[in-house]
Amino acid sequence: MTAVIENLDPLLRALGTTVLILVISAAGSLVLGVLITVARVSPIPVLRGAAWAYVQVFVNVPLLALLLLAVFALPDAGLLMPLTTTVIVVLTVYEAAYVAEAVRSGINTVASGQVEAARALGLRLSQTLRHVVVPQAVRAVVQPLGNVMIALLMNTALAATVGVVELTSATNKVNLVAAQPIPIFTAAGLTYMALALAIGLAAGRIEKKVAIHR
Amino acid sequence: MTTPMVSLRGVDKHFGELHVLRSIDLEVAPREVVVVIGPSGSGKSTLCRTINRLEPIDAGEIRVDGQLLPAEGAQLAQLRADVGMVFQSFNLFGHLSVLDNVMLAPLKVRKASKATARSEAMALLERVGIADKADRVPAQLSGGQQQRAAIARSLAMHPKLMLFDEPTSALDPEMVNEVLEVMTSLAADGMTMVVVTHEMGFARRVADRVVFMAAGQIVEVAPPAEFFDATRSERARSFLSNVLAH
Repeated sequence: MTAVIENLDPLLRALGTTVLILVISAAGSLVLGVLITVARVSPIPVLRGAAWAYVQVFVNVPLLALLLLAVFALPDAGLLMPLTTTVIVVLTVYEAAYVAEAVRSGINTVASGQVEAARALGLRLSQTLRHVVVPQAVRAVVQPLGNVMIALLMNTALAATVGVVELTSATNKVNLVAAQPIPIFTAAGLTYMALALAIGLAAGRIEKKVAIHR
Repeated sequence: MTTPMVSLRGVDKHFGELHVLRSIDLEVAPREVVVVIGPSGSGKSTLCRTINRLEPIDAGEIRVDGQLLPAEGAQLAQLRADVGMVFQSFNLFGHLSVLDNVMLAPLKVRKASKATARSEAMALLERVGIADKADRVPAQLSGGQQQRAAIARSLAMHPKLMLFDEPTSALDPEMVNEVLEVMTSLAADGMTMVVVTHEMGFARRVADRVVFMAAGQIVEVAPPAEFFDATRSERARSFLSNVLAH
């Protein structure tokens, strides 16, 4: 335990990096995921096809492969970004595919009659999606979205493999010096658990609050 | 002669193999109340839904207030804004309060100010008798109250024509009257209405003309007194004897 306390400063800084990656990627993937879903249900075939292809690509390629590709290939292609930024971008586009799948299942819960009612009132398709369909679709999938966010949290640990000093990487470094793997990794594990629990609880709270009475 | 509010000419529609509408011709004058009745599967709901192009047609032409129905797009949305529609299953927006349901289209389509939309919505809810439910969500209302909210939602757009697609068919018997009363008062105010219904009493009291449909065709059109008391077609007679027997 002493190793953890002695290295509290770098560990907390690393935790900060983990939370930073988590929060920005979460916000980004939620927004991007909803946009992809909207594209997937749009009447424009090109948009629908592109959104479908997007989801297929990111659901079927391992995150680690994407991270390595982005970190080592993008600079070669002339795109140089700070490491943490690269990781945030990759996590955002990757998790957005899962967000899109969750929200799409939510769209199926919105009765088609409500879409007809909105159209009959003169709302354009974009307005119907924005004011009637998406708000209800998202409300229906708060808990699944919470699970996607928890998966995102766990996936931030992969940033360690490409050199970002986040919680897992920092824990590993402390252990290399102190050689007390049990207390050090247990502490890190408990920290991840606490964060995941917080996300789960928040999702539960939000779900209750925005639930649609039927 | 004034322009008819609705005019259908040679309207044909298929659902796959099924020929749901067979060369329908119908005109509805401004301020007229036309009640469409007929056995289920006769195409009466489909007819109602073609008028605001919720169902596109295969052949023929439909005009609303002289204007040919445009293809799907901004122009059609504009036309639909002027045509109210009330559905069998109410179709209120589940995530919005009753008040917000009524205010949504005026705010987003008409770009009304929040204060105007709100006061108009409250006045309409008052009119249909559910002002005290303004802050409830649809699921907290009875069927009759939901349908009255849906009528208020349509009226908020100041429609020049109202379509009712079996508005009382999903209601408990004791709630049918509260909805019919609202519709009767609308008709008395001079609203142009096309009403698909099984409520023969309403047809008799409120309709200017009754349209009887069977197998995708208009079989008989007559003022209610004539239609109910001196039915011309055999098909309508057998339908009426079935629905009026009990």
